Amino acid sequence: MAPKAKSVKPPGSTIGAKPSKMKGRPKIRDDDDMTEIGDLGDDSYVHGKTLVKPDDQLDLTEVELKEEFTRILTANNPHAPQNIVRFNFKERTYKQTSSVEQIAIHFALDGNMLHKDSDEARRQRAKAGMGESKSEAALSEAGEEEGGEGEDGEKEEVVEAPPPKKESLRNQFNFSERASQTFNNPYRERGTATEPPPRANFSSTANQWEIYDAYYEDLQKQEKAKDKTKQIPTYRKEDDKTKKKLVAMETASDDISRVTRAAKIVERMVNQNTFDDIAQDFSYFEDASDEFRDQEGTLLPLWKFSFDKAKRLAVTSICWNPKYVDMFVVGHGSYDFTKQGRGMLLFYTLKNPSHPEYIYSTESGVMCLDIHPIYQYLVCVGFYDGSVGVFNTQEKRPGPVYKSTAKSGKHTDPVWQVKWQKDDLDNNLNLYSVSSDGRVVSWTLVKDELIYADVIKLTVDDLPTEGPDGTQLQLLGCGTSFDFHKKIDYLFLVGTEEGKIHKCSKAYSSQFLDTIDAHHMAVDAVRWNPFHPDIFISCSADWTVKIWDHNYGNQAMFTFDLNSAVGDVAWAPFSSTVFAAVTADGKVHVFDLNINKYEALCEQSVVQKKKTKLTHIEFNPRHMIICVGDERGYVTSLKLSPNLRKVPKKKKGEENVGIDHEIEIAKLDKILSLVREPDN
Amino acid sequence: MSEVEETIKRIQSHKGVLGIIVVNSEGIPILTSLDNSTTVQYAGLIHQLTMKARSTVRDIDPQNDLTFLRLRSKKHEIMVAPDKEYLLIVIQNPSE
Repeated sequence: MAPKAKSVKPPGSTIGAKPSKMKGRPKIRDDDDMTEIGDLGDDSYVHGKTLVKPDDQLDLTEVELKEEFTRILTANNPHAPQNIVRFNFKERTYKQTSSVEQIAIHFALDGNMLHKDSDEARRQRAKAGMGESKSEAALSEAGEEEGGEGEDGEKEEVVEAPPPKKESLRNQFNFSERASQTFNNPYRERGTATEPPPRANFSSTANQWEIYDAYYEDLQKQEKAKDKTKQIPTYRKEDDKTKKKLVAMETASDDISRVTRAAKIVERMVNQNTFDDIAQDFSYFEDASDEFRDQEGTLLPLWKFSFDKAKRLAVTSICWNPKYVDMFVVGHGSYDFTKQGRGMLLFYTLKNPSHPEYIYSTESGVMCLDIHPIYQYLVCVGFYDGSVGVFNTQEKRPGPVYKSTAKSGKHTDPVWQVKWQKDDLDNNLNLYSVSSDGRVVSWTLVKDELIYADVIKLTVDDLPTEGPDGTQLQLLGCGTSFDFHKKIDYLFLVGTEEGKIHKCSKAYSSQFLDTIDAHHMAVDAVRWNPFHPDIFISCSADWTVKIWDHNYGNQAMFTFDLNSAVGDVAWAPFSSTVFAAVTADGKVHVFDLNINKYEALCEQSVVQKKKTKLTHIEFNPRHMIICVGDERGYVTSLKLSPNLRKVPKKKKGEENVGIDHEIEIAKLDKILSLVREPDN
Repeated sequence: MSEVEETIKRIQSHKGVLGIIVVNSEGIPILTSLDNSTTVQYAGLIHQLTMKARSTVRDIDPQNDLTFLRLRSKKHEIMVAPDKEYLLIVIQNPSE
């Protein structure tokens, strides 16, 4: 082949001087990278070919043109140095390196394949977990076909590892993962500021009592809720009304009025301080001189009660409260026929000697009173004008709750004594009254009114006497006192102005059971003995005090002359043989029949002015004190000295039992028997 | 005049009583017969003492409650009666 210089042939160019010949020959050159285009339309392709000769091309002769040049391809790196010289320290000369590396790195790329047993691979496997193991399982399955025993062991290992996750097995051959990144929205911070919630400091203590209080309130609420649910249908309207009332009252009432209770307590405390010595005496003082005086005793004056508005009124009656033994009621009025005015009813307590607890003012003088044994807030009162009233201290009324009027059978003369009786069959309260008009009347409290019933009329003689006109008149005596038997319900005694004592029964309204000519003057008081069922005592303005046995009505068992009109007499509640009497000369006489049958153990003047008459006397049910009222409106309390209150000694085991009634009765019987024998 | 006001007047005119103060549940005096500074002092101090006393009594037995408190000193005696909402303080010279 003709040597051809490798030169660039522009398309369409021909070489040599034979351009025209070039046209028609299809050139098939294997070493030419021109494609065989000449097969297809030669004419069209060769059309534009012309030979262009550059100016600086070598002009060679034909011979020179035909010269053959050999070219050799080697694998040598043309850029590698051919002679590298290194200093050899052993021979101490420069030596040429025999062979030089001929590797030329055209491109380097780090791969990411790891051997599966290498450390890194194991680490990654541990992280990837199941997926890896599964793929390895797949691998090992594939490897089984090739018959790798080592891989069997691996497979077993892989299978034993517990894979909790189940990833989908990736196809080894046709697996493609596609991931795309979503657009991440830019973050923005947004904040608002609110008003801080209102704060308040709270502190409390959790004591046992606070817990108790909380539980108690809860209980109360529950109970109220229960009550409300029961009462809702009928009481709704009423509740509303009462609620409205309550609200109005709470806002209208003064702050001060809520301190009532505390004020009361403080007043008593202040009084206790002021009267400290008296209070101490009351509790602890015992007259030591009594040990030396065998048959004498003394009365120690304690508090003195008086009220400004009652100073001109005489004490007409005293009654101790049976339940709250420090309280007593005093009735004020006037015994003087000419000086009749208003009256007062005062409730005192020993704890506050300077001011009464309750004050009631009445139009007419109070002559007598009695406290109900069960309902201690009910007090029945007999007035000088003959009417009977009942006061209720629980209600805030200024006057009596019930009052008898002229139409409802009130007495025509002053009522001298009133007494509560047991409730009747209908559970209505009832009381008895005796008056100078000669009637003993029983009053029943029915709803709002007092209904009266004459029990007995105190007739003087059995036969009616003749009046001035010839008509028959029944003369009535004037009752001045009465007393009901403690045990026998229907039996009672009435003392009259004529000096007679009638023994009556509630059952018989026309006849007396018995009549005793007791005194020469009006019988001021008659009282049954609290222990002995047969004995009673009476006193009169004829200066005498007499003790009777109602079985032997003709003669008194004991008679005592006190040198002055006796205003009142009372038995002691702690002994059947002790009694006390007050006289018009201002003296108190205390007797103990057990010690001295003829004389008083104590005769003591308790008022400052000798002319003051003592009008009433009462023993306190529990404490060893007596209350004495006089005609000036003062009430004096006195303590009995030990000699005056001797009680039979109790056996060691029975000290707390209380008063033994039988012993008391026996004691009195013994004394009476001594008296009776000469009678027989 | 109401019953309570009468009672307070009576207490004030009682023998030996130097003064009376009514304090509400927060320790603020409502009614007094002494001068302002003394009242405020008494009210604050005694209120605390009464609360403590009451707490003590009730801690021992929650069903119990304080009835009154007496504080006797050389010169006089302070008596305190607590109520649900109020406190009554009376200063008395008992040995007059």
